[in-house]
Amino acid sequence: MTNSIKEIAGADFILAIGTNTTESHPIISLQVKKAKRNGATLVVADPRRTEIAELSDIHMQLKSGSDIALLNAMANVIIAEEIWNKEFVSTRTEDFEALKATVAKYTPEYAEGLTGIPADVIREVARGYAKANNATILYTMGITQHICGTHNVFAVANLAMLCGQIGKPSSGVNPLRGQNNVQGACDMGALPNVYTGYQAVTVEDNRGKFAKAWNVGELPAKPGLTVGEMMEAAAEGKVKGMYIMGENPVLSDPDAHHVVHSLEKLDFLVVQDIFLTETAALADVVLPAASFAEKDGTFSNTERRVQRVRKAIDPVGNARADWQIICDVATAMGYTMSYASASEIFDEIASLTPSYAGISYERLEQGGIQWPCPNSGHAGTMYLHKDKFVRGLGKFNPVEYIPPAEQPDNEFPFVLSTGRRHFHYHTGTMTQRTGTLEVHYGTEFLEINPADAAAINVTEGEMIKVKSRRGEVAVQARLTDIVPQGMVFTSFHFPEVAINKLTNSARDPVAKIPELKVCAVKIEKAS
Amino acid sequence: MAEVTLTIDGLQVTVAKGTTVLEAARQAGVFIPTFCHDPELTRFGACRMCIVEIPGMRNLPASCVTEAAEGMVVYTESEAVIEARKTILELMLANHPMDCLTCGKNGECSLQDYAYLYGVKTESFGGEKHAYPLENDNPFIVRDMNKCILCGKCVRACAEIQGKNIVDFAYRGFDAKITPAMDVPLSASECVFCGNCVAVCPVGALQEKGLRSAARTWEVKKVKTTCPYCGTGCSFELNVKDNKVVGVTSCDGDVNGRALCVKGRFGYGFIHHPDRLTNPLIKKNGKFVESSWEEAIGLVAAKLSAIKANYGPDSLAVLSSARCTNEENYLMQKFTRAVLGTNSIDHCARL
Amino acid sequence: MSYVSLTINGIKISVPKGTTVLDAARQARVFIPTFCHDPDIPRFGACRICVVEIPGMRNLPASCVTEATEGMEVFTESPAVVEARKTILELLLANHPQDCLTCEKNGDCRLQDYAFRYGVKESGFKGERKDYPLDDSNPYIIRDASKCILCGRCVRTCNAIPERSIIDFGYRGFATKIVTAMDTPLGESDCVYCGRCVTVCPVGALTWKPLAGKGRIWEMQKQEVTCTFCDSGCTFYVLSKNGKNIGVVPKAPGNGRPLCLKGRLGLELKYLDAPPAPHLKKDGEFVEVSWGEALGLQDIISKLNKD
Repeated sequence: MTNSIKEIAGADFILAIGTNTTESHPIISLQVKKAKRNGATLVVADPRRTEIAELSDIHMQLKSGSDIALLNAMANVIIAEEIWNKEFVSTRTEDFEALKATVAKYTPEYAEGLTGIPADVIREVARGYAKANNATILYTMGITQHICGTHNVFAVANLAMLCGQIGKPSSGVNPLRGQNNVQGACDMGALPNVYTGYQAVTVEDNRGKFAKAWNVGELPAKPGLTVGEMMEAAAEGKVKGMYIMGENPVLSDPDAHHVVHSLEKLDFLVVQDIFLTETAALADVVLPAASFAEKDGTFSNTERRVQRVRKAIDPVGNARADWQIICDVATAMGYTMSYASASEIFDEIASLTPSYAGISYERLEQGGIQWPCPNSGHAGTMYLHKDKFVRGLGKFNPVEYIPPAEQPDNEFPFVLSTGRRHFHYHTGTMTQRTGTLEVHYGTEFLEINPADAAAINVTEGEMIKVKSRRGEVAVQARLTDIVPQGMVFTSFHFPEVAINKLTNSARDPVAKIPELKVCAVKIEKAS
Repeated sequence: MAEVTLTIDGLQVTVAKGTTVLEAARQAGVFIPTFCHDPELTRFGACRMCIVEIPGMRNLPASCVTEAAEGMVVYTESEAVIEARKTILELMLANHPMDCLTCGKNGECSLQDYAYLYGVKTESFGGEKHAYPLENDNPFIVRDMNKCILCGKCVRACAEIQGKNIVDFAYRGFDAKITPAMDVPLSASECVFCGNCVAVCPVGALQEKGLRSAARTWEVKKVKTTCPYCGTGCSFELNVKDNKVVGVTSCDGDVNGRALCVKGRFGYGFIHHPDRLTNPLIKKNGKFVESSWEEAIGLVAAKLSAIKANYGPDSLAVLSSARCTNEENYLMQKFTRAVLGTNSIDHCARL
Repeated sequence: MSYVSLTINGIKISVPKGTTVLDAARQARVFIPTFCHDPDIPRFGACRICVVEIPGMRNLPASCVTEATEGMEVFTESPAVVEARKTILELLLANHPQDCLTCEKNGDCRLQDYAFRYGVKESGFKGERKDYPLDDSNPYIIRDASKCILCGRCVRTCNAIPERSIIDFGYRGFATKIVTAMDTPLGESDCVYCGRCVTVCPVGALTWKPLAGKGRIWEMQKQEVTCTFCDSGCTFYVLSKNGKNIGVVPKAPGNGRPLCLKGRLGLELKYLDAPPAPHLKKDGEFVEVSWGEALGLQDIISKLNKD
């Protein structure tokens, strides 16, 4: 997020696009509700009529995957009506002309055809966004899990820069991150192309610095494989050994059959987890890890706030903290890795990572700190891009609409979209074993519009088969107008409804993110 | 900002204009008991427990809704105040179950605290008592409306923190009760079981089902930590008894204040679930066999070393975790790059 | 020493011959509730809350008075055991005031602990209740016989010091009561207020008068101190709340020459922020006296004052 969570309450215009905030980020949605109580305008763009859509002033029920058409059309209106922030654009950005040229053809009427949103509504929302004192854009995987995910984000950023709605309090571009420490995992360099703090592995100075700190001769210069590429390479026999810590790609990744096939082809798979997950079941060795309650550490949340995780109990059984296991494996491979505490590891991180340099466990006792925090006297950073962007001037990256990789057709007439439920989390490894959540919400269902259900003679609660070109699952039908006609929706929380057997692994070429939000399916009665 | 100076129990206090007498007293370190007051919620003035004596005012005003004025003189524990508070407590206790013996909130109950403080031992007013059935049909929250003192904090928390408006006051007089629309159980309402009403309840009317049946309030050690679910980063306290996590309670988080969602507050059961892995497993002849750490680590090291030696570093790949700590992710990429010698490390940021 | 092996809830354990099943269970870290059991004066077998199931035995034996034997199998939480314990608790609660709300022992009461553990919310037995007046006839100890569960620990710890032996069981049946000789208030007895009885009482029948109304147990911090008035070295707790020292209580009955009033008062004077005034009994009545007089140091103090 460019801003802090609490700043959302201070916005007077909120565009929530591709985020089911009330279900997936309930506590962040409280800030949205607070803003609304303070008089803010809330606009929600989502194919489904979610709870937050119900709360909105305007719900733009766009067609799945048509976000760029909508965002470009908004830019078109803002430029045509001369309500863009000329001062911001001239002093803080570059390549405005390129944007102007690209969005010229995206008139609201043209976009109406692609998105299904009336042209006048697009105009109204565009004006509201441009003219707001503090407008903030919230988004999640509804923007990113498309083959054009990166372009979707560019389109969002273009709009924010065009209106100068970034680099000030309560105004910005705010992706709400889905996992407790997905921000931290990225910050820490658990990515194929960067070390901590996004220091590229391709830069020789960076390699030198880390090689020296880690006491090794040299470090690999070539960026590694992303998770999707790893699975491909494993299937092809190029990757022979994998070490998976705390992830369950068999359920979370698209095209589950392919993932299983890839992992089975490995010569050696070691999985480190707190449960015997669907992925761990395929492993040669499973290492029992400690849960968050059993270890010390830090998580970095979606607003870049580094916060303490504190050990409350001893690890269950003979489980060990993940960091201790990694040290043990490294040491057994001849590289002595030994730390007395998590705090000591953090100090090493701070010494190698400029954005974390000023953070220490001692300071975190007083509360979380938002990076960048370059030195121990720095209070942390509430919102980014205040006086300049990281690269200097903000660059407009004009993008064109492209349709999703797989479109409904006669054989597979429905669009399947996937997401989360309020009572569960990710692959359900934890939330299916709480004694509470799974008792309250124990079975998954497929949302289908009553009109569609009537057309294929499906009734409420009936078991149906959902099929795509890649697989099928059986699931109960729930008739609801939360989904529009032609669309069905379910979550990926339940192993018995392993919906990722169906989803499309077509990926965004830049970020390599799979298009989990759109694939074509057909519905059949189970019997 | 305009300021006013007043005297509370003989102490001179200067506060911003608009400050209530209650807030002024708290700033001066003077204790005033409250049930319905909450600094994060709108001023309510319902319970009257916070009354004080202010010469010149007709009655004993509720300090939570009385603004401090220049030259005001306030007595917080005068005879008249204490007598009124005792009567309020006696009236509440006249219609409150005397079951601290097994009540889950025993030890964290404002009614109990004040009864002890003012020495109100028994009920002086006999009479009809409520006999509502216990609402115990959901896995998260137990509602015992017999214990409700109608302070309305839950109503305001639901409306003002959670923005859901699930519960409100219903009926009148003796029958007044907090209910969801149409007086259905929470399970039949639109309630999302965030439990933020439970976090503000000053008595035993709303209790966390698991926590309050597992431990007495004084038995638990509270450890502040960060929620392991979504990316919001809410803070809460793990309640620990006998080296077991028995529940979660709110604390003042940087991000969330006291608010939590159903997963954060009630989704801790996985920690001690019998499915937890407690020993390393090695697959032998297609079946997992428990092993020692030495054997498992040795095998992993040998296999990874052999693949690296035979096929090169890029034949190895690592998935780190968006669920693990920064320290662990850092060590995993250090391990991947410095020990395995490849940059093929990723995690499921894209999912 | 010869050993016997037994199984408790499936856990094998070896203990010296002569060990009770209760002690064996505690060694195996298996919980068994007790009221009347006192490790210093064991084997009373009165309260029966420690019953366990041992196949082959006729009834549920009290584990505190049953010795472990070779090959014995013990179940400490079988359905029969739990049912028996619940009934015992219900019977105790049938004649126990429901005033945890303001009871000084709230939070440190075995009856409450076990009622919570076994989910005994109220008694199924209705009937006559004891209604004894509160005995606060002295400045140190409050006796509420209505809360007494007749476990007899106070009697045994008092009788462990031959020259004390102030209290014992009196009357019979429903009227049974712990009494001083002739059932006088404590203030009229020869009690020296050492407080042994208070330290062992598992419920709210015996409480410290100087602490009444001062705070709940969970609000207080404890600091252990050793009394230096004589060479017995009894240990005490200094209790504090909100950073203020508010009371001194003995840790346990102590060994050898155990506990005395003088020691406790001296520690109160030494540690408390506002020590309560001491009292001396003169002509059978307690009167407030100076610290010098209470501690028998009046002559020394007057000598010091002279200089």
